[in-house]
Amino acid sequence: MLSDFIPFFIQLGIAVGLSFTLLKAAALIGPKRDNVIKMTSYESGMDPIGSARERYSVKFYLVAMIFIVFDVEIVFLYPWAVSFDEFIAAGAGPGVMAVVLFFVIILAIGLVYDIKKGGLEFD
Amino acid sequence: MNLAWYWTALIAFVIVNFLLISASVLVYAERKVSGYMQNRPGPNRVGPFGFLQPFADVVKLVFKENIVPALANPFVHSLAPMMMVVIAMTAGALIPFAHNVVIADMDVSVLVLLALTSISVYGVTLAGWSSNSKYSLLGGLRSSAQMISYELSMGLSVLSVVLIASSLSLTEIVTDQAGGWGILGWNVFRNPIGAILFIVTAFAETNRAPFDLPEAEQELVGGYHTEYSGMKFGMFFLAEYVNFFIASFVIVTLFFGGYMLPFESLILAQWPALAGSIPLMIMQIGTVIIKAGFFAYVFIWVRWTLPRFKYQQLMTLGWKYLLPIALVNAMLVAVGVMIFS
Repeated sequence: MLSDFIPFFIQLGIAVGLSFTLLKAAALIGPKRDNVIKMTSYESGMDPIGSARERYSVKFYLVAMIFIVFDVEIVFLYPWAVSFDEFIAAGAGPGVMAVVLFFVIILAIGLVYDIKKGGLEFD
Repeated sequence: MNLAWYWTALIAFVIVNFLLISASVLVYAERKVSGYMQNRPGPNRVGPFGFLQPFADVVKLVFKENIVPALANPFVHSLAPMMMVVIAMTAGALIPFAHNVVIADMDVSVLVLLALTSISVYGVTLAGWSSNSKYSLLGGLRSSAQMISYELSMGLSVLSVVLIASSLSLTEIVTDQAGGWGILGWNVFRNPIGAILFIVTAFAETNRAPFDLPEAEQELVGGYHTEYSGMKFGMFFLAEYVNFFIASFVIVTLFFGGYMLPFESLILAQWPALAGSIPLMIMQIGTVIIKAGFFAYVFIWVRWTLPRFKYQQLMTLGWKYLLPIALVNAMLVAVGVMIFS
């Protein structure tokens, strides 16, 4: 029920308030003495070379894409996990199990393909 | 619980303060335990046995300057630590501390918990990106890839628990573990592989050693919080400790009987008057805190015992071992549920 969420949002509000207070208190109390050296990004004492907003390895994009595929799969499995005992009680247990196994095996094949293609090699 | 909103707000406030205090205690515990493990005394100057050290540290952090690098994105730079603290503190609302003592008793609290875990990836990634420093960017990238990789195995090990309890409510998952003799109804005995998987992925999700690559000091200075100083750094620090305390609570709730006393069903059979009484509630709160404290100790213990993984070892473990094991385990649990129900 939706009213069950109200305490959750109360806690969320208190947490937001806490983090605001921490930030603001530190900003009010702490000293403010800027200088150029202090404001540069840290690069082991050197002057920073170039920007940090560079392109980075395509591996990270690959991991993110595979993650989305599998995360959606797991989200699909949750409703089944909650209602599986009702299917069993109705005598449809083995049939539903076979369907879910089919679904999982298709995705497992995808994972094996990805590993064989070297999509997850970080060496 | 059907309480007026101001009572809920008061309890929520108490829980947030409890988490703040426990974070300080955990910082102290971590430094003291690591001290003894390395054959040195640890903090022992501020207060009795150095117990006031974390409080002195907080005061010091508040009085430090807040430096935002000139090239950084100032809004996102402050948003990231706020996000981390808010998520860590909000997760406390979902943990059942005793029978009917939980702030937000929702039907879908498991899903909310997983959602909060996913959002905490943003905190680390935004912190790494907004600082506009190469070390921060590398730390943020590494941790986002790490956290999403281990989230899959975590989701599947939670799925196996949901299969056994056939409910998404943390309260019902706890009460479902009351069956069986004594402590044998706990999910760790019914689903041991899932328990091990969840504990391993909880280490990775909270960025604790041996999975602390995002902040590997030797290679990345401080990782995603290289460019943070003063209280903003303190907020990351606070969020880390609250996070692993919450993770211990979740481990206990999902796999170790939650707030239930060991042999609670036998005790209740002996003294039926105890059911639903205040002393039992206090004992349950004590039990869950002791159990979670044990797992918090395990987190510290592992950090000072195991060396850090290399990055490709981490990815190999997550994708080629934990994910297939978690898939097979979930299917085996489903077959087990079908046979035994």
